[in-house]
Formats: sequence, structure tokens, C-alpha cells
Amino acid sequence: MKISESGLIGQSVARTDIIDKVTGCAVFVDDIQFGPNLLHSRLVRSPHPHALIKKIDTSKALALDGVRAVVTGQELSARMGLYLIDRPIFAADRVRYYGEPVAGVVATTEEIAVQAARLVEIEYQPLPAIYDPVEAVQPEAPLLHPDLGEYSVANFIFPEPGTNISEHFKIRKGDIESAWEQCAVVAEDRFRLPSIEHVPLETHTSIALSETNGEVTLWASSQSPFAMRDMIAQGLGIPHNKLRVIAPMVGGGFGGKAGVTMEACAVVMAQAVPGHPVKLRLTREEEFVGTSVRQSLVSDIKVGCDKDGNLLAMELTYYFGGGAYNDYGVNIARAAGYSCTGPYDVPNVKADSLCVYTNYPVGSAMRGFGMPEIHWGLEQIMDQLAEKVDLDPAEFRRLNCVRTDDEIVSGMKMTPINLEACIDKVTEAIDWGKEEKPTAPNKKRGKGIAIMWKAPAMPPNPGSAAVVRFNEDATVNVEIGGQELGQGSFTVAAQIAADVLGVPYRKVTVSSPIDTKYSPYEWQTVASRLTWSMGNAVKAAAEDARKQILETVADHWDEDVDDLTIKDGLVISFKSEREQPLDKMVIYGLPNEDFEGWKGGPVVGRGHFMPTYVTNLDPETGQGTRAVVHYTVGAQAVDLEVDLDTGQIDVLKIASVYDVGRAINPDLIMTQIEGGAVHGMSSAYESLKFNENGEPINPSFVDYRIATIADIPGKIIGDFVETPIEDGPWGARGVGEHVMVQTAPAIANALYNAVGIRFSDLPLSADKIYLALDEKLAQER
Amino acid sequence: MAHHMISLLVNGQKEKLLVPSNLTLLHVLRDMLGLTGTKNGCEAGECGACTVLLDGEPVNSCMVLAPELDGREVITVEGLAKDGQLTPLQEAFAELSAVQCGYCTPGMLMSATALLRRKPHPTQQDVQEALVGNLCRCTGYQRIIDAVMVASRTGGAE
Ligand code: FES
Ligand code: FES
Repeated sequence: MKISESGLIGQSVARTDIIDKVTGCAVFVDDIQFGPNLLHSRLVRSPHPHALIKKIDTSKALALDGVRAVVTGQELSARMGLYLIDRPIFAADRVRYYGEPVAGVVATTEEIAVQAARLVEIEYQPLPAIYDPVEAVQPEAPLLHPDLGEYSVANFIFPEPGTNISEHFKIRKGDIESAWEQCAVVAEDRFRLPSIEHVPLETHTSIALSETNGEVTLWASSQSPFAMRDMIAQGLGIPHNKLRVIAPMVGGGFGGKAGVTMEACAVVMAQAVPGHPVKLRLTREEEFVGTSVRQSLVSDIKVGCDKDGNLLAMELTYYFGGGAYNDYGVNIARAAGYSCTGPYDVPNVKADSLCVYTNYPVGSAMRGFGMPEIHWGLEQIMDQLAEKVDLDPAEFRRLNCVRTDDEIVSGMKMTPINLEACIDKVTEAIDWGKEEKPTAPNKKRGKGIAIMWKAPAMPPNPGSAAVVRFNEDATVNVEIGGQELGQGSFTVAAQIAADVLGVPYRKVTVSSPIDTKYSPYEWQTVASRLTWSMGNAVKAAAEDARKQILETVADHWDEDVDDLTIKDGLVISFKSEREQPLDKMVIYGLPNEDFEGWKGGPVVGRGHFMPTYVTNLDPETGQGTRAVVHYTVGAQAVDLEVDLDTGQIDVLKIASVYDVGRAINPDLIMTQIEGGAVHGMSSAYESLKFNENGEPINPSFVDYRIATIADIPGKIIGDFVETPIEDGPWGARGVGEHVMVQTAPAIANALYNAVGIRFSDLPLSADKIYLALDEKLAQER
Repeated sequence: MAHHMISLLVNGQKEKLLVPSNLTLLHVLRDMLGLTGTKNGCEAGECGACTVLLDGEPVNSCMVLAPELDGREVITVEGLAKDGQLTPLQEAFAELSAVQCGYCTPGMLMSATALLRRKPHPTQQDVQEALVGNLCRCTGYQRIIDAVMVASRTGGAE
């Protein structure tokens, strides 16, 4: 592994965006001013969970003063999707969830748009709806997508036309039948996890402008400007170079602003009023009702080990409630399939991971992409099994956890990790094994542990590109297409470029906003892949620029390139001890002797990275050489107490440790660990609730509570270990999502330790815990 | 829609505006004055992203109607730093990286500024009580608390 050039790698340099963000200068989409030409819009959403659209009458809406256009899906047959092209922009003949966009109204003010939206008359013929993914796979269930067989689909996704199954991923490994016979103990259970919302503080906002020449510009709060451009361009038949997506700062994403949510609706509305920018800004209620959610999951898990606790067999069925459209969600079921065992070494596995259509909002990517969902059950069943075989839960995990070079569930060889070190650190941090007194007599105290793994879940070959461009004064612009969501990707990009180029960090600027017209390509800012993939691209671009500089100077001095380096903006020779400042020469080059001509020229480095080594898996067995690029692993341990009078959980400590490969910026890692622990804790109490009409009944901050500043754990003890991987910059891999994956089961395990009750269904609401405590007490009496 | 003529002081500047009676302070700031540092997270008084100081008190600007503003003083996040000099609180937020996406930050800064003016040496619990109406989905809050505590030692709100 090549060591850091200037010692910047591993340093907690300050965020590039920090001053803008503490002064109110950071620009988010809604902050861009468009002047009086701007029009406003509103979506008309379905009041039914499942219905045929019989007739749409827009005449009354169009007649209202100030209304400029009303668009519907009737004139538009376009469908979109990342992996499975199943989602219309506006529903055409059928609606499949409460809140699905059916029409869009454009008007001079937001008020008029709201008023006009109410005047769009739509006649529906309701159809039976289905909400539970286990019921939805039954043969008699109403079918949501009768045309499933006709949709285009990626070659690694396997829908089952004629059913509600949009993806069926299988693992058949070892000999499961005979393995059960060798098991000394077996644990079996069903776990349920509801849908939750991402709840970014900034709601989805887009402004679209269609010029009279057909060129379209879309300003969007987006994690994926390039994927968004690709999907909308394909869906609407716009050449990619005529659709420009500009993505300024994002006010929280967590996966909810990956792919396309409502942005295509804004484009279609803008096309109806050429020359006018059209703003579509979701209200907080719409953010809850009309954007994607984390998929629900029902998991059936059976697991067995020998008398010493060694895992032997595992049988799993995952029913992901994918909601009405699974264009993105199919890959969640797939990712959950090839990682179905969690971070354990299990020789015999049978697994079926299904993504299932239901009449709920679109299930899609959310921080962890399938992993929080499956670990909720996995990490509890492991505790159940450990108890049966009389092993301490931490010990049981040390015994069975996956190690470097193990052949894992998909048949691939495990990339370098050290999960045991993570377990050691978290157990030490909370004094694992030491019984501690609750802070009051009406409380019970307990400790729990949970471990995790996650690979970046993506197509086999998503790419990153970067350009490093010098200015006259030897300051540098780094151009990337990866997005800053708050995780610090711009900071890491600047840090990597500065280190390789040998220029001071503060002289590097990341060009923003991301603009598909000028920024180099990036697949999407998802899957915790930026530090790794974008990092590789930036490093390559900076190395390219560095090489150009050194070659010019070596030629100028008539020295060998290998004798030169760049430090603090000066090229220096180890041999002759000569120095050449970078300013001016990085643009104007250097003169030949006696000014007989020049050499060099404007320095522009380019670099890209694309994994080329991921292989497809056998559709019947899920086995292959390399399912994914690599895994990140980690452990969390929780020390909590429960108030027996209220059922309220109070988390005293969360210890959270991950193997990051190599820490490029340790403090940024800590910010992820801290934020993730609270996000993870909050997710244990959250759920989007629906009435029998499929309508969300808690679409506000009052009714859907997220953790406030008063709810934080007493203490978060974060740390990391570093086991470098081969394909990351200096060995680094991602950690942004992992930090919340197993928080909920760690809490559930601690809760069991405290009160002896196992909660297999989320959320862990106080009333549920209180009632269970009450019932247990009654039984004991 | 009835309109009202109002005069108010915004970040020290006198403003005279003709406002519709149902317009909120949030929109006066963002749409009429171009002060977009104040953020819109819910327009329902539930998230604190739109917090500003009204006559020194922290308010959710989405819940204040424009006609009420006549003769009053508003300070927004843009009014904190003077001549490019950050307040100790802004410095502490930057120093401690108490920011991720930054969408909640302006509101957090305004609520915390009000706290430090009212109580220059708050306890951690005071900070939690003062900021309980300001939601953040990114940071996990601890660094925000720490930043307010640091600012209380390095010079407070101003
Ligand atoms: S926008 Fe005012 S409180 Fe949320
Ligand atoms: S930093 Fe993103 S909401 Fe607080």
C-alpha cells in the first residue's frame, strides 16, 4: 500500500463547507432565486390504495385564473426505473398506492396551484388492496402488475410474472437437510419490521425549466444527479446532453433522494409551459405520504449449531414489502439475499429473498439498503441460539463471525476485515459482563450486543470520474459528480487531492454545485461508496496532474522524475535541492533555456475508477466468484435501562466500532458514528402507520416522532479499526450507512437482558413494552 | 387578499414592505428579502429550521404572520456574523463540526443564540431544553450541545 504523500491522509481536516453552513450561505435548491418568471405546482394524489383510473376531467382546474397547465398520465405512457422499469411518472390507467401522483397543476402562485389541484376531477374504480408481503405472495392475492413480464429488467434481477414477486433471489449452499440432523440446538422465529421514513429536514424540492428548443434543466435536491438524468432522459426520450441536472447542497438524503422520486413530475409539468421554471416543493406531509420509504420486512429465520456453538445451518425467507413500485427496491431484496446470513460463517444455507409488491408507498433505498431490515431478526436469533447453547452472546459472535478469506454465503472469499477487534472494543467500552445497578428502583438495566456487515449494493460496474484542474496561483479545483449530503464527501475529495498533489489543503476547492453539464460522471452518492470509489477516481486524477507537473519540471532541470517531489506547493529535487513553485508554471509551463520555446501547459488531471471484478451469481444457487466489491463490518453494544412504570427505554451508552479499512478523516468517521447511533436508536421507535385505506395516519413531526436533542443516549463511545482493503484509496472503504444497521437489534438484545422479554416486532414503543411487562408480571403471579 | 404596510428592522436594516395578511415571516424573509439562510422544514411550527429572533426571542418564523411584524426587530442567521467575524457560537459550531447537511444549522444557531443571551452559562440540560424544538436528522445532537457549551466559555452569543 502506497503511503500518504503529504501526511494529510488520516488527519481530521475541517469540512470544506463548514463556514457556508454556519453563516446561512450554503445554497439548497429552494434557496435559488428565479424571479417573477417562476411558476408553482402541486401534485394531485390518489385517494385510493389500488384503483383503476376511469376518467380525468381537468377542465375546471384549467378554467381557474392563474392556472397555466394541468398534466396527467393519460397523454404519457413513459415508465422509469433503475433496475426494473415499472414506475410511471404520473399514474396512467391504475393507481397502486394512496398518494400516488395522478396529475400535476402549474399555476402562478402556490395557493392557486393548491386550489386548482382540488378541482381536477378523477373517477376511480377501486380494486382490492394488499398490504402484507406474506399475503401478497399467495396465489389468490390481487395482482398489482399484470404486465410484470413485459417490463425491462436488469439481467441480475428475477421477477416472477403472474405473481406480486418482483425479485426472487435464492441461496442454495451446502447440504441443508443433513446439516439440521447434526445440529444440537436450533432456534426459529419470525421477525417484523415496519416501513419508516427517511425524514430529511429538507423536503424533496425540484425546479424544472424546459426551453423552447427542447433543452431541459432540472435543479433538484438529489443524491444522484447522473442517475436521475439517465432515468428521466430515458423515460421521456430526451437526449442526455439536452437534459441538465444541477444539484446544490442536499439537506439530508439517507437514500430518500437517490434515484428519482418526484423530479420527473416537475420535468413533465415544465414541458407543458416552455420558458418558465416550475417549482415543485413537497410539503412535510407529502414527504411522509408521497416519497419512498424503507421497505417493510417479514423474516422467517431458522438457525442451528453444534453443541459447542458452531453454526451449521440456516434457513431464511425474507418477504420485503416493496410497496407499489419496485424499480429500485428489487436490488434491496437481492442485496439482502447475497448477504442473508449476516456476518457469520455458516456452511449450509437455504435462503429465499423476495421483493413483493404491496399497495403501500414505494419502498426504496434507505441508509443500509436491506441490512437494518435483515439484521433486526438475525441479531436477535443469534442471541436466542447462544442462550440455548449456553454461550455468552459476545463469545458466540467471536466464535462464529466471518473472518478474512472465509468462503462466505455467496461463495466469494471474504475481503480483509477484523470483526473480532470491533467486538472486543465495544464490549470493553461498556464493561460487558459486569452487572450494573439501575439508577432507580422502578427500572431494570441490561446490556446487548449486535454485529453487522454490509457491502456496497449496486450494479457490478458503477463508475466514478474526477478532474483535477490547476489555476494560475496554484490553487486547485477538484471536479466530481459525487454529492455532499452532510457526510463530508467534498472534504474527503479535497483532502485526497491535496495530499497527492502536495499542495496545502486550504488551496483546494471542490467545484459545486454538481452539474451534469460540467461535472464528471458519478453513478450515485449511495451505498457508502464515495470515499472508496470517488476517492479512487480523485486519487487517480491527482496522480495524473502530479505526473504532468513532475515531467515538465524534470525536463526543465534535466533531472529524473523519480528524484522530484511536490511539497507545500513547491517542486523539490532530492538530488539537486532545487525548488520550483507551482504557481504560474501549472498554467504557463516553463521556458526552455534562453526562452527558446516552452514546455508544459495548463495542468488538468483526469482519473476514473470502476470495479471490473464483480461477477454475476448463479440464479438457482446464488453462488459466484465475487458477489460484491468488499464488505464493511462493525459491532455495537448498548447499555440501557427500562422504566417499568412506563415502558420507556433510556439508552445510557452505545459503543459503536467499525472496520473502516483506513481512516482518511477520523473526525468525519466519528460524526457518522455519532449521527448513525442516534438515527439507529430513533429507528427502533419509528414506524409509518396506515389506516385500512392504505393512508398514512402519522404524516407529521408531531405524530411521527424522530429523536430530538432530549432523547440522545447518555454517551456514545465511537471508535474504528483499520484493516485495509486492496481496492480502496489507501485501503479505505465506506462507513456512512453501517453505523445504524444493527442499533435496533442491539437495543432489543439489551432489553431482553434487562427484562427477559423478546420483542420480535419493531417499533419498540413504550406502550408495547409496558403491556408486555404487565403480561409477564401477571403470568409470574 | 388584504395587504398591510409594515416597517421593521431586519438584521439592523430598516425595511418597509407591503405584505399580504396571510404571509408568514418565513416567506417575508426568504421570498421578499432574499434572506434564504432561514430554512423551511415543515411550515407547521414542528421542526425549528425556520427559527429567527423576534425582538430577541426565538420564534418559528413559519408561525408568525407578516402584519404582526410592524415596528419589530428580526435577526436571522445572516445577521449573526458582523463584518465577516463569526460569533463565538458560530466559531464553536465550525470548530466542533456540529454540522452535517446544515439544513437545521441556522435554526439551531438562532435558538442557541437566544439561550446564551438569556443564560450565558447554561448546563447541558438547559441546552437540551432550549433546543428541543430544533430537529436534526444528521448529527446525533451531541456536538451541537458541546458547541453551545464551548461558546458559553469563549464569549457567548455575541
Ligand atoms: S419550518 Fe417552521 S418549524 Fe418547521
Ligand atoms: S445537520 Fe442535517 S439536519 Fe442537522
